[in-house]
Amino acid sequence: MSQAQSTNPNNRLVIKLVGIVCGMFVFGFAMVPLYDVFCDITGINGKTNETAVVYEATDIDRTRLVTVEFITKTTTGMPWAFEARTQRIEVHPGELNTVEFYVKNPSFRDIVGQAIPSVSPGTAAIYLNKTECFCFNNQPLLSGAESVMPMQFYVDPQIPQDLTFFTVQYTLYDVTAAAKTVAEAQASAE
Amino acid sequence: MSTATETAHHGEHDDHHHHAPAGLKRWLLTTNHKDIGTLYLWFSFIMFLTGGAMAMVIRAELFQPGLQIVDPNFFNQMTTVHGLIMVFGAVMPAFTGLANWLIPMMIGAPDMALPRMNNWSFWILPFAFLILLSSLFMEGGGPAFGWTFYAPLSTTYSSDSTALFVFSVHIMGISSIMGAINVIVTIWNMRAPGMTWMKMPMFVWTWLITAFLLIAVMPVLAGVVTMVLTDKYFGTSFFNAAGGGDPVMFQHIFWFFGHPEVYIMILPAFGIISHIIPTFARKPLFGYASMVYATASIALLSFIVWAHHMFTTGMPVAAEMFFMFATMLISVPTGVKVFNWVATMWRGSMTFEIPMLFAIAFVVLFTIGGLSGLMLAITPVDFQYHDTYFVVAHFHYVLVTGAVFSIMAAAYYWLPKWTGVMYDNTLAKWHFWASLVSVNVLFFPMHFVGLAGMPRRIPDYALQFADFNKWISIGGFAFGLSQLIFLALLIKACRKQGEPATSQVWDGAEGLEWEIPSPAPYHTFDTPPLIK
Repeated sequence: MSQAQSTNPNNRLVIKLVGIVCGMFVFGFAMVPLYDVFCDITGINGKTNETAVVYEATDIDRTRLVTVEFITKTTTGMPWAFEARTQRIEVHPGELNTVEFYVKNPSFRDIVGQAIPSVSPGTAAIYLNKTECFCFNNQPLLSGAESVMPMQFYVDPQIPQDLTFFTVQYTLYDVTAAAKTVAEAQASAE
Repeated sequence: MSTATETAHHGEHDDHHHHAPAGLKRWLLTTNHKDIGTLYLWFSFIMFLTGGAMAMVIRAELFQPGLQIVDPNFFNQMTTVHGLIMVFGAVMPAFTGLANWLIPMMIGAPDMALPRMNNWSFWILPFAFLILLSSLFMEGGGPAFGWTFYAPLSTTYSSDSTALFVFSVHIMGISSIMGAINVIVTIWNMRAPGMTWMKMPMFVWTWLITAFLLIAVMPVLAGVVTMVLTDKYFGTSFFNAAGGGDPVMFQHIFWFFGHPEVYIMILPAFGIISHIIPTFARKPLFGYASMVYATASIALLSFIVWAHHMFTTGMPVAAEMFFMFATMLISVPTGVKVFNWVATMWRGSMTFEIPMLFAIAFVVLFTIGGLSGLMLAITPVDFQYHDTYFVVAHFHYVLVTGAVFSIMAAAYYWLPKWTGVMYDNTLAKWHFWASLVSVNVLFFPMHFVGLAGMPRRIPDYALQFADFNKWISIGGFAFGLSQLIFLALLIKACRKQGEPATSQVWDGAEGLEWEIPSPAPYHTFDTPPLIK
């Protein structure tokens, strides 16, 4: 009987089906990195590069201008004042530009902030190359402190002709709970 | 051949020594497919009434504009738990119950392939729903984020009882997966000799395909609820933008499960209707092979249309076009099915017994739901319809007058086989006509208020929608009360009050289940029948 069971066709089929179930469970989680890779390649969710790119001063397209607009937003529970010093800039594709953002922590507690950029229309995201950005790191601010944060970027000369205008939105989150201590975040930011 | 003798021998052995324990233990310990089918069906009916009671709360609140009966947080819990219970507690277990009762009898097998797992997959279900329902009584309330539990509603803004919601969904998922595995193994390995794939009854075919959909997508649901759990309680950032995640990704993963899920809830219904219409039209099913291929194509297409639930999330135009056309493509195999049912009735000797009435109502009303689905598939107009009562009207037409009506049709059709007596025809007529009229009073005006812009899931509405909502609520209460007639009828039938049924029950009925006596004996097909 036990020998019959090991060759039981039911058992073999059940094992295969359980394999599919496990595979699909793993696939559910695999969708997370796949989604990121897919969006990285196509840039369709408006996400920009998360680490600095190196600026290659090759060809600057002087024949046309792209308008880049910056808007800022803080999420619920984030007390910082946060604004773009430059709200709108016209740039030549390929040219390196620097814009500044002002933050102030008016609250009575030390807070670690994290800015998340999002580009609209999303298709423009892959043409925005940041060589330096405050959004690459946590930004700690002691109670009452203020700061000016720079952001350096260039627009890829490959940007399609009809894309003449895009908006970069920075959303600021309070990540104090997730960043271990303000001091540690400060250390890692420096 | 040797396997057949072995099975037959084993069956006799069982008959001699099998004295089923009486009372509660019989139901708790049973491994008999008919007992488990009965348990599933009663459980789903109880859940149908529970979820229905919640719908009554929703409709009572929406009877008039303004907030009067429940507070908005409780209203949100009602819409959420109503959806969860109806999807996972009523429709899916009802189909699993029908699969348990019918698949072995239809393919000439003595039982399901994995009877102990069958017992387990049923008995974990009541606990899942006990956990879910108990969370309603906890501080902060139960889940209030909609049955789709979009992040960040379910992560950042949900009540502390969300972990219980997650665990109950896990248990429901495990139960469905085990049920699906059992169905596949049974159909794969236990068909009577001579029953080739293309001789299988349509209900068996549709369930086989449904079972594959279940094992493909329920694990994805388990994955996404687990991500919600860890995002909420363990500081991960799958859907939290601050930590590098993306809330829109939640919707992609959820709907990758969610869209095949809606076909899980309708394919077995297609199978049921494909049995009932030929019986009462006294003609074989028109286009059997095309029915099989249509079912399979619907199942395959269901994996590439999920983002039509997300047109307003800011997708690129190319993606919107792709999902729009892929969605519209599904209406082709679905149209084949509706055509085949109508062609089966064409020039048939039709009679209109209750199962047939429900089946015809299904064909007409499901098609209305399908057409509003096509309207929703059109990307540019979806921006207006999105999250309005038009969507509510659409999915209630396909789920209530579609899936639920098919389950009722199935109950009336096979009830004499299960109980051995004919149901009370007077009660049945009252049930059908009351349900048919009230369900349309309930759901049809929702199209109008939806097109006019009434948003779903909100406990209050603009004054302009007041009259329609009053009618909708009256239809809702009437539909709810009509189901009590069905309850009375079922109790009567289970007490064996009624005319004794013949083994064929309906004179046009064909299939193995109609060759065994009514009520079906506890053990059937101990010796497999030979299919010519």
